[in-house]
Amino acid sequence: MSTSLSSCSSRSRSASVQPGSPSAASARHWNSSASSLRISSIEGSLVGVVGLEIHAQIYASTKLFSSSQVCFSSPPNSSVSFFDAALPGTLPVLNRRCVEAAVMTGLALGCTINKRSLFDRKHYFYADLPAGYQITQQRLPIAVGGRLSYSHLVGRKRNQVVDKNVRIKQIQLEQDSGKSLHDSYRSQTLIDLNRAGVGLMELVLEPDMSCGEEAAAAVRELQLILQALGTCQGNMSEGQLRVDANVSVHRPGEPLGVRTEVKNINSARFLARAIDYELQRQMAVVEGGGTVLNETRAFDFKSGQTVPMRDKEGLQDYRFMPEPNLPPLILYERETVPAHTDPRQVVLVDQLQEQLPELPRVTRDRLVTTYGILPEHSFTLVNEDGLVDYFVGVVQQTRAEPKKVIGWVLNDLLGLLKQQCLTVSQSPVSPNALAELLDLLEAGSISSPAAKLVLQELWKGSGKSAKHIVEEQGLGLMRDRSEIQQVCRRVIDSHPDEVRTHALRAGNKNVLNKLIGQVRKQTKGRADPQLVRAILEEELSRPPFHGETT
Amino acid sequence: MVSPGQRQRHLDLGTGGGRGCEGASSGAVCLCLCRCPRPCGGGRVSPTELCTRCLEQVKRTGFLNAFVTVTEEQALRQASEAERRFLEGRSLTASPLTHRDRSPPPGKPRGPLDGIPFSVKDNFCTENIETTCASHMLKGYFPPYTATVVQKLLDQGAVLIGKTNLDEFAMGAGSTDGVFGPVRNPWSYSAQYRERPGVDPRSDWVITGGSSGGSAAAVASLGSFLALGSDSGGSTRNPGALCGLVALKPTYGLLSRHGLIPLVNSMDVPGILVRSADDAATALGVLRGLDVRDSTTIPPPAAPPHLPDDIDIARIRVGIPKEYHAPGLSAETLCQWGRVADLLERGGASVEQVSLPHTQHSIVCYHVLCTAEVASNMARFDGLQYGHRSEVNDSTEALYAATCHEGFNDVVRRRILAGNYFLLKRNYERYFMKAQKVRRLIAQDFARVFRDGVDVLLTPTTLGDAVRYCDFIQEDNRTRSAQEDVFTQPVNMAGLPAVTVPTALSSRGLPISLQLIGRASHDWQLLGVAKWLEQRLEFPAIQLPQDVSQAEREAGVPGRVRTSVL
Repeated sequence: MSTSLSSCSSRSRSASVQPGSPSAASARHWNSSASSLRISSIEGSLVGVVGLEIHAQIYASTKLFSSSQVCFSSPPNSSVSFFDAALPGTLPVLNRRCVEAAVMTGLALGCTINKRSLFDRKHYFYADLPAGYQITQQRLPIAVGGRLSYSHLVGRKRNQVVDKNVRIKQIQLEQDSGKSLHDSYRSQTLIDLNRAGVGLMELVLEPDMSCGEEAAAAVRELQLILQALGTCQGNMSEGQLRVDANVSVHRPGEPLGVRTEVKNINSARFLARAIDYELQRQMAVVEGGGTVLNETRAFDFKSGQTVPMRDKEGLQDYRFMPEPNLPPLILYERETVPAHTDPRQVVLVDQLQEQLPELPRVTRDRLVTTYGILPEHSFTLVNEDGLVDYFVGVVQQTRAEPKKVIGWVLNDLLGLLKQQCLTVSQSPVSPNALAELLDLLEAGSISSPAAKLVLQELWKGSGKSAKHIVEEQGLGLMRDRSEIQQVCRRVIDSHPDEVRTHALRAGNKNVLNKLIGQVRKQTKGRADPQLVRAILEEELSRPPFHGETT
Repeated sequence: MVSPGQRQRHLDLGTGGGRGCEGASSGAVCLCLCRCPRPCGGGRVSPTELCTRCLEQVKRTGFLNAFVTVTEEQALRQASEAERRFLEGRSLTASPLTHRDRSPPPGKPRGPLDGIPFSVKDNFCTENIETTCASHMLKGYFPPYTATVVQKLLDQGAVLIGKTNLDEFAMGAGSTDGVFGPVRNPWSYSAQYRERPGVDPRSDWVITGGSSGGSAAAVASLGSFLALGSDSGGSTRNPGALCGLVALKPTYGLLSRHGLIPLVNSMDVPGILVRSADDAATALGVLRGLDVRDSTTIPPPAAPPHLPDDIDIARIRVGIPKEYHAPGLSAETLCQWGRVADLLERGGASVEQVSLPHTQHSIVCYHVLCTAEVASNMARFDGLQYGHRSEVNDSTEALYAATCHEGFNDVVRRRILAGNYFLLKRNYERYFMKAQKVRRLIAQDFARVFRDGVDVLLTPTTLGDAVRYCDFIQEDNRTRSAQEDVFTQPVNMAGLPAVTVPTALSSRGLPISLQLIGRASHDWQLLGVAKWLEQRLEFPAIQLPQDVSQAEREAGVPGRVRTSVL
């Protein structure tokens, strides 16, 4: 998972469960900018229209039309077959796994799977496109007409879930290009063909979104779906998921405005920023009486702006042509497979449909209904790879209520993981260990603050159990009344000013809480909090000593 | 049934002379591969001797310019390996090696092609052997892999003699437009042609036709028993016809195109050039089959291991498409067409006129589709990874432009430009789409005729016999391609099998051939009819003088000159 995306998800998490943290503030900022775009729509002025073209690298061991390995970060030109290098006389051979991935993705997005699809050549000259054309599916793609349902969190606390839909025009299979490295110092271009021919799914999302945040939420949901399916790893920073945004503004009821295409976006966060910048820019242009140019713009993440690219795209004629070396791609269902067909040569749509895993939306609903957790918490669980299983693992092994477990998992465990940039699978505290700790808490054997100390100890990975740590460090709950009374009196004696304030303002709550905090500190949080409160109230309500009041 | 006289064309090597080989030098190889080499069959040549004789013949006929590369060293090595297999096989078995249909045990001859010298058109990739497409663009290009069909022959023990000359990237119908210069038709030097009054041996040599002219010349001049060509619009059948060979364009997809440097992917097929229908069937049996590297290959139909000698054509229905009475058809070819139709009818076949109404549009259509695919296929020759790279490197675009300008001849460049024009968004519908629609109509024409019960179509292969080079070059490549491919390219549009069979010599002493077109995947039926005709037509063997090279020196014709047409 990319760092940029996990920070995006932690933003929504922290906004919902840790209000007041800096990241929550930035989330509010985004929310407000998004709602300002929406407000303008209510006023009948300009609104944004956003469509997306998403290139998802298919998670497969070999390329779309050749048997070269697909491997990120292997040495340059180490994974290039004769076909990838476009040696004359070589022919494409379709990778079955890539077809299955596209079909599964199409099914998961509710697309109509075309039982017959075609391949085309798209011509342009570029050094990292060795054949001079890309094989794609222009005329008849493998899947059409789907829908991506996504949700995003709004409201001051970002705890309101808003459901949205974006139509999916089509999913097409195509080849990735190689990579060009321009060395301006030596004025040369270096070509790496490792990526050339890797299978891509191009997903075309209709312009049903209106702002950067919506687009980012849609991409995030798509990413989760692809990861759940295993059809794409979805890492944007490694280029496994690449998003171009088509952005325009118009007044509701009027035809769509001239669009620009924003490229060079390598994280969901930048996607939101790039789109919102571009929308504001176009609104300023239109409101200033100017016209938006149909152009390709690149997002510069340093300045947060979009800048025009040297635009050949608009003038380019791709001279599409049917790919003559690939017969039509025919998909079957069990019923329709012709007799005597080699099963290795056949992709069965109904079989893939049955094999589809649980999709993120269903997982979230299941978590909410089964465990009674808040919807926004289900988002955080699903967004983090492996966290759902972790949570369920803890719940199954502890007597503590799921509602209590979720706080420990999302606040404490996830907080520690994020702090140290670890994934859930790398957690030093197993679900088992956390469950044992929560059982101690549930049984009243330790206080909540003590439990947090125990978690810190568990995190160190010494291999000791929670119970062992409690015993060893004497963190068990302090229940002896006289012992607590002594501590309380010491605290009262050392805070005469506060005690005086309390007396003058007749039971000031702040003073009481402050003193409770002091007691907790001195007992390392071990004292039974109810007992502490009762004793302090009792002590403070006693008439003061004469000598001290004069 | 075959009479002994007709059989004599298939001579055992070394018995010398024979009716079919009259005038041929005793050293020349004149036989069909189904009769050779059977080293244990008593006094017949060994693979090494066969290879040596072919190589000698190739050298003697070097002035034909049939070869771009002669792989002498490798050929001799392969031949000695084949010889070892024959010797080991003889010690293992007492019976003569007649079991073509059985797979040989290890250490035994691998099959009917073991030890047989063959040649390959220089647009098939051969590992570590230069593959030029007769283009400056690919001079010095040594592919790292071998085309499937070539590999299949090598796996059978066949001996690769060399790579043959062609029109640049197979674009042409004369084998005159390659960077290595034109190929000369061996019949130009035959007794049959030269001994006629008024023929000037210096200037009156005739073209082979093309674009697989080098392959045709190699087989016709007895330098190989078998040659691979490619056929996109007639490129195998056209030179086969003009050089008096049996040339088969198999059903599209029956033979793998992997490793064939493409001209028109949707029409290209590897072609087979041989001296008899039997040889064509033998080669086809070896070469056919699904190839995982070519997704357009089809499962091969069940086929006999070899053609029967006793062929019954009584139930065969032969169609004579009336649209093939094209303008420019020579009287002699027309006459042969009638003669063969009568022959078939007398043999018991029913002969009827049929109509293929869309044929007239085929050549225009072919031109659009061909150039479009050419434009696409040639895009990879950018000089970056292989092939020619220009010195001009002001920018990547300038490098591309200069590389293409320097690397391709004007025929190739014109087709690229035309093709890109047809593929432009604004033209696509008007040209490419329309051509595809017409292509479908042409295919439907054939389908309808075959559905109505016709088994084979009989047509001319070319308008007439071979043209003198000096006459041929009076017209440009485009005009010539349109003329020469008129009878051959509709078959490619429909993906059907077709074979050309020589029927007689013209009044000029040059071969006239006719074409048989069959149903898809009915290649063997087609070859059966071809064989039946062959048994009755008594087409004469080429009579090459004892020492052709000596004759040529006297005539003042230089040997092969590698001259660029640029």
